[in-house]
Parts: sequence; structure tokens; C-alpha cells
Amino acid sequence: MGILVSKNQLVVPGEVLARGSGVNVAGGVYRKKVKGETEIIASMIGLVKIRKDSVGVVPLEGCYIPLEGDIIIGKIVKVGITSWNVDIRGPYVGALRVNSVLDRDFDSLRESLDQVLNHGDVIKAQITYFDRTRDPVLTMQGRGLRKITHGRLIEVDPVKIPRIIGKKGSMIQLLKNMTNAQIIVGQNGRIVVSANSVEKENLVINAIRKIEAEAHTSGLTDRIRAYLDAEKRKL
Amino acid sequence: MTQEKTSLLLDNGRRLDGRELHELRPITMRSSVLDRADGSCYLTWGNNKIICAVYGPRELHPKHLAKPDRAIVRVEYRLATFSVNERKSPAPRRREYELSKLIKESLDAVLFLEKFPNGTIDVYITVLDADGGTRCAALTAASIALADAGIPMKGFITGCAVGKVADKMVVDLSDVEDKDGQGDMPVAMNHNTGEITLLQCDGEFTTDEVKEGLSLAVDAIGEVYKMQREAVLAKYTQIEGKIDDLGEEEE
Repeated sequence: MGILVSKNQLVVPGEVLARGSGVNVAGGVYRKKVKGETEIIASMIGLVKIRKDSVGVVPLEGCYIPLEGDIIIGKIVKVGITSWNVDIRGPYVGALRVNSVLDRDFDSLRESLDQVLNHGDVIKAQITYFDRTRDPVLTMQGRGLRKITHGRLIEVDPVKIPRIIGKKGSMIQLLKNMTNAQIIVGQNGRIVVSANSVEKENLVINAIRKIEAEAHTSGLTDRIRAYLDAEKRKL
Repeated sequence: MTQEKTSLLLDNGRRLDGRELHELRPITMRSSVLDRADGSCYLTWGNNKIICAVYGPRELHPKHLAKPDRAIVRVEYRLATFSVNERKSPAPRRREYELSKLIKESLDAVLFLEKFPNGTIDVYITVLDADGGTRCAALTAASIALADAGIPMKGFITGCAVGKVADKMVVDLSDVEDKDGQGDMPVAMNHNTGEITLLQCDGEFTTDEVKEGLSLAVDAIGEVYKMQREAVLAKYTQIEGKIDDLGEEEE
């Protein structure tokens, strides 16, 4: 067993990270047998993650892959008879059934779904079910899950969402506390920002863009704090 | 009346554009150049200018093309109307269908398509300026754009052509050498594993020449691969550089 790279090193797909058996794989890598020896090779651009006896890559680019339990921000793209189709910014379209939105019975003969949620509406929803044979199923029954009526919607790279939230939510708390803005983060890389002035919203959005661009560096929370301090004084 | 062909080699043994026999043309690559695309790359290779955009993995329409166990790759290779000497009709021709197909098959070999069943990965390649060797350059650009889009892959595909000019094996043919030379042999491979994903051959080569050509191609691909790796990481290393500068100013 031998790990050939150091922690947090930038790697590209195809780079050999470790050789020999006894090394477990985390995400972003694959195993291959070369001349009887197992090699662990990166499959994404990212930073090397080493934990005990496993090695993986934290990707810096990537699309959103739905996970059960994820809170996401979706857009209604189709209104059907008893369900909606929701764009969740992933490879698959989410299905939202009427009984996971309304508490009451719904009579499709008397009322139409577009009175509840119409084409183009933005919603905060949760993924209840997803496997690779069927499209993701969403629900809007849960705490805070609702139609989003105001704020500014921005899109970021989904793999950078963990950085925007920070360790135990430290980064997002910092943003909220320093700007008093309301920020809704969806795991699929959509963020809704609303504050009491356009300038403040711009400030939050710029800070998020900065986090996105510098996601692979360390000491980010401190830099964002300094950035917000400096920018707030200009307001 | 027959016209005497000019030699493709100069008296000093160099090629018409002044290169050594085994020298590559100057190459530049940049990733993430397009805002709308999930991944993109702009590549110049000598006089070739190629832009590549990748979308996906995304939902596939029409649905009947979908494969239940994996994603499909759709590649659209296009020559711009102004990319060649005489205006090219914008409608795709035989050549473009051929190149799209072989680029697709070459990329198929390195992508983990089984991770995205029923989906599609769309690769759009536009050649803005063509000067020989566009298929290899397009493949090189496409793998940068795919990595930039965050699509899991076994490694980069890197391409480079070799060929025969004035009875000598040369690396990276230009347009003139391609058309008037004795043969060309585009090669593309996954440099990390050494797996060849594209090998075509046009013209007459002896067995030894093919062997020599292949080893020349492998060396050239090694050089191009280094640039490819740098181009993909440039986005991140540049930002790191900027932050380091800021830190020093504060001190």
C-alpha cells in the first residue's frame, strides 16, 4: 500500500493516487488493476482527500446528482393533471405529486394544478426517493418547504455548496449574520437571496461568487469575513 | 503538362514552416471560456482554432435514444463556414459526420457513462480556423471541456497526428503536409494508461514507419498532455496565486 499524493493536492482525471492493496476508495476515484497491482486513479478534477486508509477526490467541478433527503430549489417546468415536473438542475427531472403538496384531497375535475403551482414557479422541496432506474420524487411536506415568492435566484456549481454552507453551517451563518439577509440554499446549486436592499443582496451574491471561485483554498471563512467587513463600510 | 511538385522539406532539413521534423506547433489551451456551457475549452494549435462546449449529463430528448443502463455521448463536430480556404456550406458534410463519430467513439472509451443512465452528454466542437490536425486537436479540447464540466472519466484523451513527408516521418502535420505529403496517421490515446482510442492511417507506410510513427506520436502526446493538465488546473492555480499576493500585501 502506498499513497502517492499529499492531502489537498490538485489532481486531474487519470492521475494515480495510490498503488497496492489495502487502500480504500472514497468518491471521485476508481480502481484499476495494472500488472497485478491495484491502482487508485482520480476520475475528477479536485483536491485529494486522505482519511486513515482511504483516499478520494473532493471534486471541484460536477453536476448535481440527487440524493434522498436533499433540500433543493426547483423550478416547475410542466404542470400535469395530478403532478408537476420540476427542473432540479440535474440529469433527471423531478416528479412532484399533488398529494405531497396539498394536505387535502384534490379533485382534478374541479380544480386545476396551475392554481397551486404554475409553470415557472420556484419551490423549496425535498427529495424523498431516487434511484437510478426511476426519476427523483419530491415532496413539499416538511418544515420550511414551500413556494418561494421573493428574493433573487442565483446558480452556483453544486459541488461548491458544502463550502458555501461551511463546517456545521459556519459560512452561511456568517453571511446571514453580517448582512441580515435571508438565504435559502438548495443542495442542487440554487440559492435564493433576499435582503432589505438591492445593495445588500448584491453584497451577498458577490460574497457567494467569491466563495465559489476560491472554494479550493484554505482560510476562506476569515477572508470572507474581511471581505464583508470592507464592503459593508462602503455601503 | 505536369507540374513539378515542390519539396515539403527545406534544404536545411527543416519543414516549410521552419519546424524540426519532430516538433509540435505552438499550442495554447484555456478551460471554462463559455459561461453558458457546463464545461468548455478554447484551444489553438498552430493556426487551428477550436472551441468546444460540453453540456450535461442531462435529460435526453428524444427519449427513444436513451439507454437504460448508461448515458450516451453526442458529439457535433462542425467546421465554421470561414474556417477553410473556400467557404464551406454550413450543412454538415460527410467529413463532419465521420469526425463526429470517431470523436464520440474515442470519448466513449474513457467516460464513466454508466453513472448516468438514460442521460446524455453533449459535446459541441466548432472549428473556427482549420489548418490540419483538427481531429486530434478537437479530441484534446473535448477532454478538457469534459473534465471542466465535472464528468467522471478515466483520464484525458490526447491526440496528435504523425505522417510521412518527403520519405521522412514527421510529427504534427500542417494542412499542406497533410494534403501533399505521403501519408498521415492521427493517434489519440489516454496518456496515463497508454490505451489508444483512435488510430487512423491514410497513405502508404512500411511496418517500420508505422512503428516509428507510433512511438513519435506517443512522445508528442506526452508533451500535449502536460499542457492539457496545466490548462485544466490553471483556473485554480491562478486564484491561489492571487490570494497569496493579497496575503503578502497585508503583511
